[in-house]
Amino acid sequence: MEQTTKRSRFHYTTEQIIEKPFNWSQMVRLFGFMKPYAWTLLPKTIFAMLIVTAVRVAVPIFIGVLAIDYAIIPGDLNLLYTFAVIVLGLYLFSWVANVFRIRWMNEIGQHMIFDIRTALFNHIQRLSHRFFDQRSGGSILVRVINDVNSMQDLFTNGVVNLLMDIVMLVGIIIILFTLSPELAILILIVLPIMFFISTKLRRKIRRSWQTVRVRQSKMNSHLNESIQGIRVTQAYAQEKENMDFFDGVNTDNYESWKHATRMNAIFRPFVEMSSAVGAVVLIWYGASLIELNTISIGVFVSFAFYLGMFWEPISRLGQVYNQLLVGMASSERIFEFLDEKPSVPEKKDAISLSKVKGNIVFEDVEFAYDESRKALQNIDLTFEAGQTIALVGHTGSGKSTIVNLMSRFYDPTKGRVLLDGVDLRDLRLDELRSNVSYVLQDTFIFAGTIMDNIRFGRPDATDQEVIDAAKAIGAHEFIVKLEGGYNTEVEEKGNVLSVGERQLLSFARALLANPRILILDEATASIDTETELKIQEGLKRLLANRTAVMIAHRLSTIRDANKIIVLEKGKVLEEGTHDELMHSRGAYYNLVKSQYAAMTDKG
Amino acid sequence: METFKRLKQFYWPYKSYFIWSLLALLIVTGMTVLYPVILQFTIDHAVRAENYELIPYLALAIVAVMALKGGAVYIHQYFGDLFGITTVYKLRNTLYRKLQYLPFRYYDNAKTGDLMSRLTGDVETFRFFLSFGCAQVVNFVLLVGFSMTVMFYYSVPLTLVTLAVLPFLAITVRKFDKRVHPGFRGIRKSLARLNTKVQENVSGMHTVKALSQEDQEINRFEKSNEDYRQKHLDISKIWGNYFPLMELLGNLSAVFLLAFGGYLTIQGSLQPGELVAFFSLVWYIIGPIMNLGFIINMFSQSKASGERLLEILDEEERKDEALPIENSNEFVGEVVFNEVSLTYGAKSASALKGISFEATKGKTIGLVGATGSGKSSIIQLITRFYERSSGEIFIDGKSIDQFTLGDLREQIGVVLQETFLFSSTIRDNLAYGRPDISMEEIIEAAKRADAHEFICALPDGYETVLGERGLGLSGGQKQRIAIARAIIMDPKILILDDATSAVDMQTEVKIQKAFREVMEGRTTFIIAHRISSVKHADEILVLEDGEICERGTHKELLNSGGLYRRIYDIQNQDQEYVLQQA
Repeated sequence: MEQTTKRSRFHYTTEQIIEKPFNWSQMVRLFGFMKPYAWTLLPKTIFAMLIVTAVRVAVPIFIGVLAIDYAIIPGDLNLLYTFAVIVLGLYLFSWVANVFRIRWMNEIGQHMIFDIRTALFNHIQRLSHRFFDQRSGGSILVRVINDVNSMQDLFTNGVVNLLMDIVMLVGIIIILFTLSPELAILILIVLPIMFFISTKLRRKIRRSWQTVRVRQSKMNSHLNESIQGIRVTQAYAQEKENMDFFDGVNTDNYESWKHATRMNAIFRPFVEMSSAVGAVVLIWYGASLIELNTISIGVFVSFAFYLGMFWEPISRLGQVYNQLLVGMASSERIFEFLDEKPSVPEKKDAISLSKVKGNIVFEDVEFAYDESRKALQNIDLTFEAGQTIALVGHTGSGKSTIVNLMSRFYDPTKGRVLLDGVDLRDLRLDELRSNVSYVLQDTFIFAGTIMDNIRFGRPDATDQEVIDAAKAIGAHEFIVKLEGGYNTEVEEKGNVLSVGERQLLSFARALLANPRILILDEATASIDTETELKIQEGLKRLLANRTAVMIAHRLSTIRDANKIIVLEKGKVLEEGTHDELMHSRGAYYNLVKSQYAAMTDKG
Repeated sequence: METFKRLKQFYWPYKSYFIWSLLALLIVTGMTVLYPVILQFTIDHAVRAENYELIPYLALAIVAVMALKGGAVYIHQYFGDLFGITTVYKLRNTLYRKLQYLPFRYYDNAKTGDLMSRLTGDVETFRFFLSFGCAQVVNFVLLVGFSMTVMFYYSVPLTLVTLAVLPFLAITVRKFDKRVHPGFRGIRKSLARLNTKVQENVSGMHTVKALSQEDQEINRFEKSNEDYRQKHLDISKIWGNYFPLMELLGNLSAVFLLAFGGYLTIQGSLQPGELVAFFSLVWYIIGPIMNLGFIINMFSQSKASGERLLEILDEEERKDEALPIENSNEFVGEVVFNEVSLTYGAKSASALKGISFEATKGKTIGLVGATGSGKSSIIQLITRFYERSSGEIFIDGKSIDQFTLGDLREQIGVVLQETFLFSSTIRDNLAYGRPDISMEEIIEAAKRADAHEFICALPDGYETVLGERGLGLSGGQKQRIAIARAIIMDPKILILDDATSAVDMQTEVKIQKAFREVMEGRTTFIIAHRISSVKHADEILVLEDGEICERGTHKELLNSGGLYRRIYDIQNQDQEYVLQQA
């Protein structure tokens, strides 16, 4: 990594390995997606394909051997016209078959692609937070979109063409042998040559294109980052340095491209020469066979036609092989995601709670994200329905883990969590989750109207219910002031809404969802003081009549909680009301004091 | 054509590649047409005339023709590609340079996705056209021309009959083209929607899960996914309807050829070998015509791409007309604002109105106010990220315009509100502003920003490579790296725009203490929400709606009982409460 001359300024890892060696079991799994169509679309498609191929293979016989030898040379006009009509009939037949072949072939492929993408997306929805925390959004996106799309060619054209080309090659070989075994044997020496070119040489070409793609993706990563980070670059006056770096990446890309394109161009003369070998054999040996009267001119002509038909299927077989290798790499990445287990499985006989009150009990709960590190130990807690509970502690003390256990984003490694007296693991997951909602520090705004964004909490809410929720929270005023009111279009990166307004929207969302249990995870941390004042009222409304658990830094939000729980290194240190804890002068007292020491600057 | 003319500077220097490629193409096409001619000659003049002694020469001729063609194909393709990639290499560097020097104002309205699609997709389309498209037009003309010439030479009536399908073919191709391109556009749009949907789902995943809306998301996704599939099926139907039809038309001409050509041969006005040659030649004409739509479309696409690239190239770069200062050590760092106003866009309200203040060397200025009150705008004028609309800004007594942007910004260390880290090692991120700095200095700065400890705890320490946007670090950690990055600049002016919002209070206190040392002798601007962060400032400016509504020291402001006092009270009510308890 470190070079004597100059360090590389940026590092980009290309996650995308473009192709993988062939792997049977994965192949089988991949083609499992073809199953629903194996007895419906697939046989029809293959049938249509066989017709098209048969016609293509048959026509040169009619034109060559039959028409020339039997009609043209003897001068039989009637027979000639008969042949012409037959050929016409064959072509019409193949035309119809071809229409359906293309249509069905694409249907199979597109349905499979659709199925794979749906399976992948649906599966991802069920994965844990940790899954999303561990990777960038971009890398997930690439799998759902690009990796799935990269198999499009394989499924739409690849598979059917593979069959078609094999049938065609075999058909031609059989016909050639029937027409003239001697000439066939000699002519067919071009086949191994063509195969050799198509595989060996192609492999080299493929590799060099891979280098190009890797370098290009590095270049694109840098481009993307340099645009996003342009403000930092300009603030630190690093424009020239970045240009040097880019020139380096660009040059690398140029060089690899030059190499690949040369390899690619060399390929062509080889193809021409292999055809030349066939043509020479045909002319030289074929002519001498005619001289010996072993074959007719018509056979010679048919051979000439077939010779011209060799390269296409062979070259396409090479392409399908390429598509397969690309498909291997993509499908491996897709399966990797599909094999990712949702962290919490639902029991088959899961119970459904008719009405949730909102009592939560932690019984001797222990939790570890991995073996070495216990995030929670010996947690015994009771949250009464309707109470507001505050969790206090440093980063890593286990606050977030506790709330994550409450909606079963994870299961405890020991002990149990109970809702209204029932172990969470016995409950239906969707019911549990719809009773527990979160308000997060960052409000994510989905592209759509304000109305849609509030309604995100409960998609079947009427417009009036949405407006009522906004009014209750105190968001109505600013919404109606916007140009489009509730129908104002907003988006995540847009600047229509301020931070405080976004937070109010998320409160309205949560109120509309009306969960029995509400969790506020640092919900007011990124808001300035004045805005915080403005949303206080809304927050109070939101907390009323439900069990609320909040994680907060600011003492002003914690103070009024029914119960404050102080955590340290995964253990409960203290619990009680603000007054009680202040009086006992324990950890909470010290925490408060140190925070104010920070404020008043004595520390 | 205008578009291509304006992009000439990029490809014209490499015209020799293009010319070689075209010359080679001439040979390729000639040799292609020669092959059926040799076959015809073999059948008619060697075999049927029983001149078998000609055969070896004909075989040699085939080898020669193919060898010549092979060589020419190589030259044609290689130089054609070279023409495209060399041009694009140069074009990319120019575009990148442009992007580095566009003003902040440009980026306020630009979308990364849109820029990226220009820099990748449009550049690629342009390259493809240069490498391949131009030559295809020439190839079309040559191949069709050569083939027709030979065909007419063999037999005029047969040529006319065989090519009778051409008008029909041309109509079909045109119709196909008209339908298929909107289809492809539909696919692209549908894919973009699908992409947006998934991206939004993934980035909003925490919210989705927080409100347990996974099923709803699945439904919404399914709609986009279905639409995408449907668009593909639509287009495959168009393909399925037209492509076999085009093939059928080509095949029809083969049937005519067989019937009429056979008739002519039986009549004796055509040689059998000529008839055979016709079968090859006719496809040399039909094939390119089927591709014609593709070529025309490529031309119009590359024109559109060229225009989008020109849009970037035509953007005005930021103003930077001053002369470099000779001795940067003389830079002091005094900042004076005199009645400065700022309006971001023509339509928007002014972000700053009549701002005046003086920050002498070593002084600290605190900026307080609600979001959108104009705090950030002030510092963006000091760094000249934006140009003021009116008023004067002086640095060291000289108008700010008299400094080059490079000189000015080298003297300013700024920690932006939104932390951006690059995909690079921590070390290189820290040294971003001064790539040649020593390791000791880096560590020193990291310690001051309270970042050294956690950096050392990482597996590779300072050599740890950060992922996309600092993936793997917490918000507070990222901010601390950004702070160290500013300290390393050893700036005369230090700007902290809400730089510690994500670090917890205790850490903030540590950092602030360290800052007081760092700030010694530098002019410092601090923007903060917490009063505790600005209370030590020599002067605090309280902003409201782009105007300074109060100014003074912490004490003065507390006494005056204005907005500052109010914020202070809110933040401190807890403290009083606590004191009562204790």
